[in-house]
Amino acid sequence: MALSGLEIYKLLPGGIKPPHPKANCKECGFPTCLAFAMKLAAKQAELSACKYVSDEAKAKLSAAAAPPIRLITLSADGRKIEVGNETVLFRHEKTFYHPAALMVRVPDTLSAGEIATLARTVADYKVDYVGMALRLDGLAVESVAGEPTRFAEAVAAVRAAVTLPLVLVSEDPQVMAAGLAQTAGVKPLICAATAGNWEAMAKLAKEARAPLAVRADSLAGLAELTEKLTAAGVEDLVLDPAGAARGFAGSLQMLTQLRRLALKKGFRPLGYPIITFPYLAAAEPDMEMLLAGQQVAKYAGFVVLGHFDPADVYPLLVLRANLFTDPQKPIQVEPGVYPINKPGPDAPVMVTTNFSITYFAVANEVESSGLPGWLLVADAEGMSVLTAWAAGKFDAEKIAKTVKGTGIAEKVNHRKVVIPGHVAVLMGELEEELPGWQIKVGPREAVDLPRYLKTAW
Amino acid sequence: MPVIEVPVEKWSGTVRSVTLGATAAEGGTRSHVVVVGGERTLPFLAFEAKPANRPCIAVEVRATNPAEEWAAPLVNAWGAALGDLVAWVKAAEAAGTDVIALQLTTTDNAGQRMNAAKARAAVRTVLNSTGLPVIVLGTGQAELDNEMQVAVAEEGAGERLVLGPCEEKNYRTIVAAAMANGHLVTAKTPMDVNLSKQLTVLIHDMGMPLERIITDPTTGALGYGMEYGYSVMERLRLAALQGDNMTQQPMIVTPGEEAWRAKEARAGEGVPAAWGDWARRAVNWETMTAAALIESGADIVVMRHPEAVARVKKMIAELMAA
Ligand code: B12
Ligand code: SF4
Repeated sequence: MALSGLEIYKLLPGGIKPPHPKANCKECGFPTCLAFAMKLAAKQAELSACKYVSDEAKAKLSAAAAPPIRLITLSADGRKIEVGNETVLFRHEKTFYHPAALMVRVPDTLSAGEIATLARTVADYKVDYVGMALRLDGLAVESVAGEPTRFAEAVAAVRAAVTLPLVLVSEDPQVMAAGLAQTAGVKPLICAATAGNWEAMAKLAKEARAPLAVRADSLAGLAELTEKLTAAGVEDLVLDPAGAARGFAGSLQMLTQLRRLALKKGFRPLGYPIITFPYLAAAEPDMEMLLAGQQVAKYAGFVVLGHFDPADVYPLLVLRANLFTDPQKPIQVEPGVYPINKPGPDAPVMVTTNFSITYFAVANEVESSGLPGWLLVADAEGMSVLTAWAAGKFDAEKIAKTVKGTGIAEKVNHRKVVIPGHVAVLMGELEEELPGWQIKVGPREAVDLPRYLKTAW
Repeated sequence: MPVIEVPVEKWSGTVRSVTLGATAAEGGTRSHVVVVGGERTLPFLAFEAKPANRPCIAVEVRATNPAEEWAAPLVNAWGAALGDLVAWVKAAEAAGTDVIALQLTTTDNAGQRMNAAKARAAVRTVLNSTGLPVIVLGTGQAELDNEMQVAVAEEGAGERLVLGPCEEKNYRTIVAAAMANGHLVTAKTPMDVNLSKQLTVLIHDMGMPLERIITDPTTGALGYGMEYGYSVMERLRLAALQGDNMTQQPMIVTPGEEAWRAKEARAGEGVPAAWGDWARRAVNWETMTAAALIESGADIVVMRHPEAVARVKKMIAELMAA
């Protein structure tokens, strides 16, 4: 929990009782200790500027400055993922920062060949959504057989095939040790320490310098484990709420409680990101994806999927992209002229807005139709066609300004421009704003553009 | 061991309970009623307050066959029922719908403009084919909607239908018809907390009791602006729980319509291989959109595909089981 200026002041030389002899000495560059405290609270000064703060006060201040949900990093050969460090319960309050990492389960009962194929499929999966390449984040290799050699082989097979961040899943320290032996170059998540094995797992985590997940089926059970582990010197922890917390209702409630405890109470023992395994509670793939979606929204840091199917992961990745965009600024593209499929002077001219979703909906249609075109993107402050129109950011004047400002008239030998079907009402006004141009009303939805360009242009 | 005090919010407000449908005892002919709303906490947080009424699913049916316009996975799922309102209503019941949502259209099967008489006939057919409560949604074209909804309101007098959408530019006629015949209305505004409150006030000022108004905060499909609706719904629900009287209406949204407009649901060919199998992806699109909206506070979701309905129903049952 961040401290207020006054709370900080009480730890500084001027605020302690009795005050330090150097109180208000101005060496920090501020007139008084209180003024310095206020700047610290506003994060406009560094504590190191005062030489007279006691070690005890320093420890308190740095603990208070730590984020309420610890940032955890997994890495593999240069590729890394970060989760945690969230600051709000609802995205509208500010934004969600670190998208839940989506990992795919690799059971060690598969053959080495099957493992390599699955690992490559996951690593290669990439889908374009409004100009962003959406991908899965890593693999969770699980010991099903409970057998060290087998697990080591499975981890080795994954490592030979791909360079992705990993979670290693086993409650048996011996099995885990065998798996960890295969992870040179990787900082995997060790999953999981339990009430029964935590000492051995702590040792492995320290040796491997890797984060450790703790598994328990109650808040108290999780907190007890994290306290023991931090006392033992393992600081990078992840929470794995098990038992009833695996299913729809249990997960929503437990994860909400964890987020609230971390953010509203500053409760350190539970201030860590969370890992979930939706397939354990939802056996059918369809329901698993729904549960995974719930956990992406509320409030998982790592979600391990039990299966890979592009028709399932694509909607999940889009959901994640949607919920983790900054609600204050819509995703936008630069206004201007976008040539598609090498347009010449007779190619059609179309106009749209600079909201990414809108732009890509249109650009992708034109591109995949194979037909050349000039797409003019108006500066509509990142709003969709109708939103911008309703807000007065995509009116006849703005469209005319875009047509003139882009100098498209010099690039084409005709004077025709297609406007979105949804703003057909602008036709008359636009004819006045753009004398000499023929205004053509296109279809309402971009999907129908290719046919329109073939038949009606 | 540190003491763990789970932060439980002491909300001062409650979402209103709204009853859809009327049985014979209440002046209608429905076999039972459906009550929505009544929440005392954010969705499904049973540790904070006892769960209220279960969110409900309304399957969309039409008197005009949409087979030409709808995507293949949707058309295949309903088959010939799309061209037969009675069969469609029965199939929707079999799919597990809680309520029937009759979506009015601008034209009939012959391509002729719809009108009062045809809308009246359609709602009569639906009322005669099912004992479930019925929602009747207009086309968004003010003049036509007013004409049709007045006839629908009269035809269904006493049935506690839900008539909508009432929008800022067009609500008086529908609200008056609903009041005169004992119905409810939906109040639709474009994803804005203040506009939503304002429209509730305007409708209430006409004399409509708050227990008969359902808010439609508007939504977009997954990938097409869904997150804006998601956040507006979370904000509306938080305001309701904090005691803001004019935000305490249950919420209705239309993920079916929105999701099936998305290219991901509509297009089977010429799309990236990474999108996966068409039918599966399309159903996922609707399911995921509806699920996210329910988790952000929706009380009624209007849906289209029977498989998506089954999954969302199952999800709701699991969430309520706590
Ligand atoms: C998300 C959304 C918002 C978001 C903004 C998102 C954004 N960055 O633009 C928020 C919540 C902020 C918002 C605000 C408002 N909104 Co709004 N919003 C929507 C919503 C739900 C989805 C819009 C969307 O993203 N669509 C997806 C994109 C891809 O669609 P699109 O841009 O139209 O592009 C498609 C086509 O037009 C076509 N196309 C695009 N370009 C071109 C070009 C050519 C040549 C062709 C042929 C085709 C073509 O292809 C695309 C795909 O098919 C719609 C309702 C709905 N479900 O559609 C309402 C809607 C657009 N909003 C509306 C309104 C009124 C508003 C507000 C004015 C409300 C208010 N008073 O506050 C504000 C205005 C903003 C402001 N003042 O700041 C109304 C507009 C009513 C009207 N018919 O004029 C709508 C239709 C809702 C409604 N039914 O009332 N909104
Ligand atoms: S350096 Fe600043 S904060 Fe430290 S004692 Fe002097 S005045 Fe106070």
